[in-house]
This record gives sequence, structure tokens and C-alpha cells, in this order.
Amino acid sequence: MTASAFLHPGLWLAAAGVAAFFLRGRARQALLLAAPLAALAFVWMIPEGLHGRWEFLGFDATLARVDRLSRLFATIFAIMAFAGALFAMRQASRLEVPAAFVYAGSAIGAALAGDLLTLFIFWELMAVGSTLVLWSAAGPKAFAASRRYVAVHLFGGMLLMAGIAGHVAGTGSIAFDAMLPDTVAKALILAGFLLNAGAPPVSAWLPDAYPEASWSGMVFLSAFTTKTAVYVLIRGFPGAEILVPVGLFMVFYGIVYAILENDMRRILAYSIVNQVGFMVTGVGIGTEMALNGAAAHAFTHIIYKALLLMSAGAVLMQTGKRKCTDLGGLFRTMPVTAACGIVGALAISSFPLTSGFVSKSMISQAAADGHLLAVWLALAAASAGVFLHAGIKFPWFVFFQKDSGLRPAEPPASMRAAMLLLAFLCIAMGVAPEPLYAMLPHPVSYVPYTGGHVVGMLQLLLFSGLAFFLLLPMLRRTLTITLDSDWLYRRAAPRLIAPLGAAIAAGRRAVVTPVLGALAGLANGAGRFGSPRGAFGATWTTRATVMLVLALMAGVLLFSYR
Amino acid sequence: MADERTAMNRAGTQAGVPVHWLVRPRTIRLLWIAFVAVLAATVAAGFLVDMHPHFEVERWPAFFAVFGFLACVAMVLGSKLLGMLLKREDTYYDR
Repeated sequence: MTASAFLHPGLWLAAAGVAAFFLRGRARQALLLAAPLAALAFVWMIPEGLHGRWEFLGFDATLARVDRLSRLFATIFAIMAFAGALFAMRQASRLEVPAAFVYAGSAIGAALAGDLLTLFIFWELMAVGSTLVLWSAAGPKAFAASRRYVAVHLFGGMLLMAGIAGHVAGTGSIAFDAMLPDTVAKALILAGFLLNAGAPPVSAWLPDAYPEASWSGMVFLSAFTTKTAVYVLIRGFPGAEILVPVGLFMVFYGIVYAILENDMRRILAYSIVNQVGFMVTGVGIGTEMALNGAAAHAFTHIIYKALLLMSAGAVLMQTGKRKCTDLGGLFRTMPVTAACGIVGALAISSFPLTSGFVSKSMISQAAADGHLLAVWLALAAASAGVFLHAGIKFPWFVFFQKDSGLRPAEPPASMRAAMLLLAFLCIAMGVAPEPLYAMLPHPVSYVPYTGGHVVGMLQLLLFSGLAFFLLLPMLRRTLTITLDSDWLYRRAAPRLIAPLGAAIAAGRRAVVTPVLGALAGLANGAGRFGSPRGAFGATWTTRATVMLVLALMAGVLLFSYR
Repeated sequence: MADERTAMNRAGTQAGVPVHWLVRPRTIRLLWIAFVAVLAATVAAGFLVDMHPHFEVERWPAFFAVFGFLACVAMVLGSKLLGMLLKREDTYYDR
């Protein structure tokens, strides 16, 4: 492939982000809105195949591998960059959206990467971009969260690098194709991927860090890291059986923690883990139907989760509040935000006629086709739980519940436009799933709208709704958080290390300080010896020098004479 | 909404301030009636359409309704239990 016919959409988007950082006013806005659309066009202009060969340490690397799967993810990443940029037009931070473009561009680069080396480079660039998005949210809490976030992701990058190095050393190949975690190296690669997916035991980085981003920052953060992880799992580990229990754990972990949570954006953060759990389960099932379902669900999820976070971001921007206990009754003055939030909530619950219905049901169908009764029942229970923890809980506590007395205005037009665009997509994909199905990696023969499926789903969801309202007294929000695995590195480890630090300090006082003192004394003495007035440092007279040389020669004669 | 229902008269005002029609007790009662009617309709529809069962459980009448309801009750109770162990004040890490 010649360079002229190949413009890398991810590198283009990242470069546009860097350029926008130096621009002001309308030029900046125009570039930020046009660049993702151009990237989207490039994604579809590149023909399928391998592009951009480059060499690294003697390995033949490939910048872009375009096929149905990579194009699907590159497409949704570009769409999301556009919607996010539109939503964030009023963002005061000059860094956030440019950083988000570097982040989104790297995600596109990772989706298109033709081998493990290229993937790793974009993978780490994503960590840099996303950390900068967090940093651009002013405040010490956001900064502290971003430091924990980057530490966890550097650890994940290390796992991935170690796995790739071991894999390349073992096989001599940097190819990135379907594999099974049957060697230590491949298990490390899988662990690195899963860390970014928010899988246990280190899922807490996500609800710890994302909700500390700005009102627009979390919209970007929700889209790329976890879904790139889903992509590499589909590409690298389809049918790896360990992913089924891992995915189901994530599904229920997300539900339980979201039920207990009070911060509206932390509710949505836990529900990201929950939704990615559905996708990971699908990858573990590994049939064409399941992989299609995982890919389709990633596509629809990015849109409805961004929509939910936009509506939460609009509330945060207009009220400055993020706790359910402080919010409520906002539907009166924010009807557009509330309506868009409800559309997103219905879509995440996979209500019929929304995008979630046509994507998530493929994963359940794959479990049914494989006669995996336990998995199928768990997914059905989890679908009910999604409606409970996100589908009703989020809109209810934020927009209805009680009259908080707050009367915030609707957000600015650019934010409303972004929400309406994504709400439209949520419904359009639900009503007419064919264009989405046509983009999926494998041919689709699935028909989502059968009478039995619609009725079954409505029963499941509406009776979950009944349970929600009957159990409302038990769901009342309190001013609490629920301890998660980040407790290990935020509380347990520092406390374990504290006595160690005290012991080190005591040891230093007892041993190191006297020894250092003695050494300093020695050095002092040596200094005196060598100073201009010391025995070695001072200038000797010619007579003294000659006398010394004569004495040395006499000594040599005396000892070597035989 | 239960909180808003207190001290609200039938004219839909509370301490003289008009109350949004959506949160008036009358509307809420109507919404509940409509909701229960829809619930009944979905259960009834389960007997009319072909459910394409893959598993034996799907043949049970109103399986999804009962399963969804019980799953939610179980998840709420389960998270309450976990909450007893792991809940802390939300200023926990600030101290």
C-alpha cells in the first residue's frame, strides 16, 4: 500500500487534537468537530487489508489491519469522538478535548493495529491520553484519582508488555490473532487486556477515577479504554472459557455496587463494568453469534452510556451536585436532559425498540443456542438487574424521587444537540438494527423482534420495575460509599507500609546515621589532608620534592638490591 | 415522590405553590393503575404468543415475570448484606 492512499484515522485524530490545543476560538471548534468526521470517512475509505508496514527491531509490523471487526470499532470510536466534542464545546479546559482526541485516536489505532507491537504502542498512548483527560479536571481529588489511575494502567501495560515479550520470544512472531491462554505469556497478555476491561480483581480503578473527571471528561473516558479491551478480547481470545465466569462476575459486581452507590456518576461507572461483563461473557462463549453480540453490544453501549453520562454531566454542570441524596425532581426544569437520560436508561436496559435490545439479546441467544442454562439464567437475571440499578435507579433518583428544590435550567444548545443526536441513534438502531447487523464481523441471521422475545423481555423488565418500586424503602440513598478493591492500595497497603517505614527510619537513626557520621568525619579528615594547606594539597618546595624522590630511590635501591 | 405527597391538598397545591401535575397524588394513583394493567397485559400476552422456548423453564407460565421479580429481590437483599460489611461514610478516604 502506498502512503498516498493511506491516511491513518487514529493518527490523524490524535494530530488534530494536538493542533487544536494551540488554536483558539472558531478555528478550534471547527477543527474539533470536523476532525472526527474526517477520521470516520478515512475509516471507511481504507480498503480491507494490511496497510502501513513498518519495521521495528527486525520485526515486520503493520500499522493498520482493516477488516470488518476493526472497522466496526474504529467507526464507533470516531462517532464517539464527534459526539463528545460536540457535547464538550463549552468545556473551559483547553486541554481536555485535545487530550480526548489523542485518547480516541489511540483507541482507533489500537483497534486497527495489525500486530502486538503496534497494539502495545497505541495501548500505552491511550493511557497517556486518558490520564490527561482526568488531569484537565481541576481539583486535588481528580489529581489524586488520576495518579492511582495511571499507576494501575502502567501495571496493566507492564503485564501486557511482559506477555508480549514472552510470546514473541517463544514463537518468534508478533502476529495478533486468535489464541488461547495456554502459556504463561499468553495468560499475561490476557491479564493485561482484562485489566483495561475492568475485570476483577482490579476493577476499582474505573469507578474510582472516571467520576472525578469533568462533566464532559467522563463521557470520553467511558467510551474507549474498556471497549478497546473488548475488541482485543474478541480478536485475541474468542472462546477462552475463563471469560464466561469472569464476565458474569463483572455483571453482578456492577449491579450490586451500583445498587449501593449514591453518586450518580459512580452508579454509571459501576454499570460500565456491568455492561462490559455482558460482552466479556459473550467473548467467552465464543460462537459467531456470541462474538457478533459482544461486538454489537460494545457499539450500542458506547452510545447509550455516553448519552447517560451526558445527561448526568448536564445535571452536574447545572447544579454542581452529583449525589442522589442532593438531587431529585429535576424533570420540571430539565425536561430535555431528563428525556434523553431516560432514552439512555431504556437502551442500557435493552428495552424493545432501543439499541440495547437488538445487541444484548444476541449474547443471551448464543448462550441458549449452546444449551448453557446456567449462563443463560444468569444473563436473564442480570438483565433484570440492569433495569434495577441503572434503567430506573439513575433517572428516578436524579430527575424524580423527591423535590430537591433545585430548579436548574437546561444545559447550552451544544450539549442538548449532542444528547439528542445520541438519543436518536439509540432509538434508530433499536427500530432498524439492519445497518448495525450489516457491519458485524460475522454474517447475521438473528431476528430480535419475535413475539416471544419481546414479551419475555417486557415481563422481565417491567416486573423488575415493580420490584424497584416495592423495595424503594430499602434502596433509599445514604451518604455512603462501598469499599472496593482500591481499598487495598488506598488504605491497606499504606497502613502495612507505615510500620515498615517507621522501622526503616529507626534503623537509619540507629545504624546509618552513626556510620554516615563516621564516614563524614573521614571525608573531613581526607579533605584537610588534601586541602591547599594539607599535606597532599599544598605546593611543595623544590628542595622537599627532591629530598622525597631521593628517599624513594634510596628505598627502591635498598629493597631491590641483591 | 412519597415525600411530595405529604401535606398536599387535592387542588394540587402545597402551601399555596402549584404542584407539577406529574407528582400529584391523583396522577401517581393513575400511573400505578396503568402500570399494574401493563404488567397484567404482558403476563397475558405470554400465553398468546409463541415463546420459542430453548429451555424447559421458558414453558412455565409467566416465567420471565416471576424470574425478573425474584432476581431483583435477591439482588437488592444481597447488596444490602454486602453493604452491611463494606459500607463506609463517603468521607472515608478523605480522612
